[in-house]
Amino acid sequence: MVRPTSALSSGEITARRTIVRRYWLLCLPALVLLVFAASGPLLIVLAYSFLEPAEYSGVVWSLSGEGWFKVILNRDIFDDTISLADAHMTIFWRSAKLSVLTTLLTLAIGFPTAYFIATRPKTHRQYWLFLITIPFWTNLLIRTYAIMEVIRNEGILNSSLMSLGLIGAPLQILYTDTAVLIGMVYVYLPLMVLPLYAAMERLDFRLVEAGYDLYATRFQVLRRVIVPLVKPGIIAGSILVFIPSLGAYVTPRVLGGGKNMMIGNLIELQFGEGRNWPLGAALSIGLLVTVMAALVFYVRNEQAER
Amino acid sequence: MTWKFTSAVAGVALLASAGGAAAEGELNIYNWGNYTNPDLIKKFEEAHGVKVTVTDYDSNSTALTKVKAGGHGFDIVVPSANYVPIFVKEGLLLEARPDQMSNFKNVDPKWVDVPWDPGRHYTVPWQWGTTGVAVNTEAYKGDVNTSAIFMNPPEELVGKVNVVPEMADVLALAIMYEGGRPCTEDKALLKKVRDSLMAAKPKWMSMDYGMTDKMSNGDVMASVNWNGSTFRVRANNPTVVYGYPKEGYPIWMDSVAILKDANNVENAKLFMNFIMEPENAALISAFARYANGISGSEAFMPEEMKTAPEIVVPAEFKAAGTFLPTCPKAAQDLYTAIWTELRK
Repeated sequence: MVRPTSALSSGEITARRTIVRRYWLLCLPALVLLVFAASGPLLIVLAYSFLEPAEYSGVVWSLSGEGWFKVILNRDIFDDTISLADAHMTIFWRSAKLSVLTTLLTLAIGFPTAYFIATRPKTHRQYWLFLITIPFWTNLLIRTYAIMEVIRNEGILNSSLMSLGLIGAPLQILYTDTAVLIGMVYVYLPLMVLPLYAAMERLDFRLVEAGYDLYATRFQVLRRVIVPLVKPGIIAGSILVFIPSLGAYVTPRVLGGGKNMMIGNLIELQFGEGRNWPLGAALSIGLLVTVMAALVFYVRNEQAER
Repeated sequence: MTWKFTSAVAGVALLASAGGAAAEGELNIYNWGNYTNPDLIKKFEEAHGVKVTVTDYDSNSTALTKVKAGGHGFDIVVPSANYVPIFVKEGLLLEARPDQMSNFKNVDPKWVDVPWDPGRHYTVPWQWGTTGVAVNTEAYKGDVNTSAIFMNPPEELVGKVNVVPEMADVLALAIMYEGGRPCTEDKALLKKVRDSLMAAKPKWMSMDYGMTDKMSNGDVMASVNWNGSTFRVRANNPTVVYGYPKEGYPIWMDSVAILKDANNVENAKLFMNFIMEPENAALISAFARYANGISGSEAFMPEEMKTAPEIVVPAEFKAAGTFLPTCPKAAQDLYTAIWTELRK
């Protein structure tokens, strides 16, 4: 293809056009997938959030900002005064709080676990990883019910604590935020361990030894050598845990006893019994935008640091 | 290119054959979970040589949303009384005229001219029941025939009460407890309802389903619950009783209807007529433990159901029962707002 002259012949231009066209054609399946499978449904949700709710579920095609208004503000149903939507804010706050706690706890448990696996002999690692993936074989709902069986008032945890004489009456863990937290940490732990392990496996342990040679304490080696090197794994794991936690639906419903909703349950309520699809759509988009904003903010900060 | 063409042809042929197979001898029922007696289905399959598939849903709104979206492939749906008019209004039901079917004479006259389907042009009775309170008398020995069990729990039950998260049922009980009628839009009254619900919530343990198990094994001591479920609890745990709130309690009925876009209309009609036969209606009740609306079915029912206080409403509590109507959108919006605040 390379010719000594720099001028392009007309044949060559045609050939290049063909190549460009071929690139586009080859990209087409991916583009179609992006437009129709990813953005399409999202755009429908976005459009629905600006419509009026139909009387019995569904939407009426007339423009309205009521859905978005109700996400943040609340027109009191009794005296029509407008105030911040206290109920929604409480639910958002609970979701954010539980998701951050879940991320921190999975990190605290996942980090040593991943380190342990990464420091095993190469031939053993795959078995440890295999053990980590075993919970994925079982359906999420069944795993959640298993946790419920453990923390019930007459469950394994309470009955063993009572037979050991550590507590006199059963601890009411089930149907509290603590129960939701335990459930989410259990369910999302593998999502933290796997990316952390991937990062630690690449860690050059000679650097750790070098740190010790230079009289660094164990904590200093951890803080100044290991953590900076596995940071991408920590970030990936945190994102993988935080985002699904924020939208968790099954765990709060089963373990939280339904008394205190999370965002996922609130959205479901609007599409189901609440018969207010626009509000449900606005809440969904609101959640999405919040997560995106947090991610963009984080990435910007990261780049600025470098 | 040849292999692409061949596989495309094969694909089309496969689709065509799948489409053709649906035409003969099938019936697809869309019903509440844990609600359809497998023996009833088996009997129908053997009697008419039809292959029946049952799919579950967990709430009226789920059923409505899915049916409305189309492409579901179901022939029969079993909505509650307050949802039947919505299905009709949205043009989702076939006017199957069960009132002209041969077994219609068996329908108890009190279930014929019902407000949600006058003269039964669309639906036939499946099961009916009440929503009340189930109480474990080991924990509380006082009067159980009151909504105060959950609206203002007695000392012994604080922290041990569950409320099933069924918005329509719970709000109806709460509204009647405060002296209103279901579907009311009276704001002064609704404010009272909200305030007392908010005050009662800290005394509840949970808002969850599955009371048949949780009350049987003693995890929950009292709950807003349905009569048939409580009957099943009592079979496992005899200290549990069912209370009919004297302030008023909802009565509901689920009815069988044929969908307008059903593929197997004739089989669906056969099924409608089939379940109006007293012996078959008794099979429905023997499984889910609710009464049906077919006269003469009692003779075929299990002995313990004929006298059960959960099934046979005692005369003194009959008057307090009221049918849940379909609430207008304005009332629905108020209720959703209260419900969201309650569960925040």
